[in-house]
Amino acid sequence: MRKLMLGNEAVARGAYEAGVTVAAAYPGTPSTEITEYIAKYDEIYSEWSPNEKVSMEVAIGASIAGARAICSMKHVGLNVAADPLFTVSYTGVNGGLVIMVADDPGMHSSQNEQDSRFYARSSKVPMLEPSDSQECKDFVKEAFEISEKFDCPVIVRLTTRIAHSQSVVELGEKVDFTLKEYKKNFEKYVMMPAMARKRHVEVERRMAELRDFSNNTSLNRIEWGSKDVGIITSGIAYQYAREAFGDASYLKIGMVHPIPEKLIADFAKEIKTLYVIEELEPFIENQIKKMGIKVIGKELLPVIGEFSSQLIKEKILNVKTEIKVPINEIVPVRPPVMCPGCPHRGLYHVLKKLKLVVSGDIGCYTLGALPPAESMDTCICMGASVSGAHGMEKARGKDFAKKTVAVIGDSTFMHSGITGLIDIVYNKGVSTTIILDNSITGMTGHQHNPTTGYTIKGEPTRKVDMVKLAHAVGVERVRVEDPFDIKAFEKAVKEEIEAEEPSVIIALRPCALLKGVSYEGAQVIRKDRCKMCKLCLSIGCPAIVDKGDCIEINEALCIGCKLCSRLCNFNAIEKAGV
Amino acid sequence: MEKLNIMIVGVGGQGTLLASKVLGNVALKMGYDVKASEVHGMAQRGGSVVTYVKFGKKVYSPLIEKGEADLILGFEQLESLRWIEYLKEGGRMLINEQKINPMPVIIGKAKYPENIIEKIKDNYSNIITIDALKIARECGNIKTVNIVLLGLMAKSIDINKDVWIEVIKETVPQKLLEINLKAFEMGYNY
Repeated sequence: MRKLMLGNEAVARGAYEAGVTVAAAYPGTPSTEITEYIAKYDEIYSEWSPNEKVSMEVAIGASIAGARAICSMKHVGLNVAADPLFTVSYTGVNGGLVIMVADDPGMHSSQNEQDSRFYARSSKVPMLEPSDSQECKDFVKEAFEISEKFDCPVIVRLTTRIAHSQSVVELGEKVDFTLKEYKKNFEKYVMMPAMARKRHVEVERRMAELRDFSNNTSLNRIEWGSKDVGIITSGIAYQYAREAFGDASYLKIGMVHPIPEKLIADFAKEIKTLYVIEELEPFIENQIKKMGIKVIGKELLPVIGEFSSQLIKEKILNVKTEIKVPINEIVPVRPPVMCPGCPHRGLYHVLKKLKLVVSGDIGCYTLGALPPAESMDTCICMGASVSGAHGMEKARGKDFAKKTVAVIGDSTFMHSGITGLIDIVYNKGVSTTIILDNSITGMTGHQHNPTTGYTIKGEPTRKVDMVKLAHAVGVERVRVEDPFDIKAFEKAVKEEIEAEEPSVIIALRPCALLKGVSYEGAQVIRKDRCKMCKLCLSIGCPAIVDKGDCIEINEALCIGCKLCSRLCNFNAIEKAGV
Repeated sequence: MEKLNIMIVGVGGQGTLLASKVLGNVALKMGYDVKASEVHGMAQRGGSVVTYVKFGKKVYSPLIEKGEADLILGFEQLESLRWIEYLKEGGRMLINEQKINPMPVIIGKAKYPENIIEKIKDNYSNIITIDALKIARECGNIKTVNIVLLGLMAKSIDINKDVWIEVIKETVPQKLLEINLKAFEMGYNY
């Protein structure tokens, strides 16, 4: 059966067909849908873990216990999970273990543009890279075979355009995989120095074998055409290159670590002019140059951003695309915005008014850095808001802490905010942490987390009580406030930043897009009462429109959260049709 | 047809993904090789979104580049203007007359360009405009804007209407099927 599938969906299908029974992940664009699709298979236990490190450890445990297991994350998630990665490389596996990582060239939804292929090299783990959805499925299945054959985890790397493109997939049968026997084997699985030293020797032996394997596997293939030009490429860049060059010879690398050195050398011998086309870093290129083979790559191509066939044509073939631009008009940008009804809008109204330093974090609320809120001062990585605020306090003293708050979402707090809070308590900090509890993981598209009370499959479960948790780690001042009750919220923030001890405010209001959240419907501005003070515009709601001579509310966008009517000093905003 | 490059552009939350999903599956049913590239995550939150759908005998890159689109379906005026350079010479653009202000306009730091449709029509010959919001409202649910537009797009593509209806039936939840089919018809017969 042929099916149009997102790359991520095809990965899930590959895991299913490979007989995977345990899958764990923390959501992160562009990897999230892998595990959402896996959760649809009843045959697979799946979970949202609190963070990527935990998800990898769950998968490692499942593998050692004999199952085929998979964990999935975005590129920066692999940083979080790097600790177990480097050591599971030594222990190897029992059931096959596949680690999915999705890079984001162009940073569609990320804070950096790192190239995860270097992780494969430095942790000495093989890495595969598919070029379309069919390969996503096939490579994941093959990765499990490699994992068990060579006794190592295998990383499969995607990029945004592979993860979030749909292409045609021929579905296959599910293989019969039975749980492997569990055997206690401390020399393999207990990595103390004496055992690890022996395992490192095994790792080097395995990598030598994998270098041979890479030369012979069908994951790497040559497509002969004109031999005047040869292209060595992988991943999505292969598709762009095919479109840009047409008739040429291609060495398509599906196993990007270790690269097939002999195959590359044989290919290069036949070719007049050789190019390496890869997004981000010259990962393959530098290795080929080290082999003494002359190739052209990053001399012409950028290390920044995504490629396209047009970019390749321009940079390598010097073909300029002539675009007639008959309409000379400034087109305003349309950056992402908080949705109408977003609970964060109330919070930022208060933080902006109080002119606080805001140590920020990763989530929808990062949009609070942009106009009109312009409130967030920093955003580094998951969890850095809390520990960062503590560092600011230690640098500039308690008075600075009285002008500073950390803001972090519920899911991000579970991910790695709690350790920062413990640090504040332990090291005599006084910082104020605001946990934005919108009852879901928002930015990645509504995934459950330990505070929502539901599992990935929507089953009710125990939930972490953040009030009790904050108390338990030693924070005495913990309060729950509604960010739409602006006066009370402002009072709470003022009191907590003044307090010379650690404090936590839980800003509780569910995401407006969440099922079951209903407001009363579109509001309207009564022109007879409106004084055009434009206070309602200051909250930056996309539903409120300045028409020049009046303010209007867009009925198609407004959901009736009434934050604007709570703000209005003239009672000029009310329910439409009253 | 040899190959067709179609772009669907709009604002995050307008339902462009459903339209591209239906289009992709229609092409698949016709036996074509299909690729579609979409936007997820942060950019989706009310930002400018674009989906590329390409089909033909063999498709490599999932992206459509400037001057390559045979057909662009614009869910919103400003977004239609933003992506018009992607239209190839003689290509067709379908524009929904709806306007949604981007944040720089809302906060007064930029102006929403005036007379977008007139300016586009002055320079391009193959432009069709529609007030899909009005039609969706007549249809009984303003959330069917995307299906009205899908209907309009279907009329511009040389594939039998029955195939579209079949795919909509497979894609849309049962309880919303009737209203969506009605919306599709109204767009198709526009």
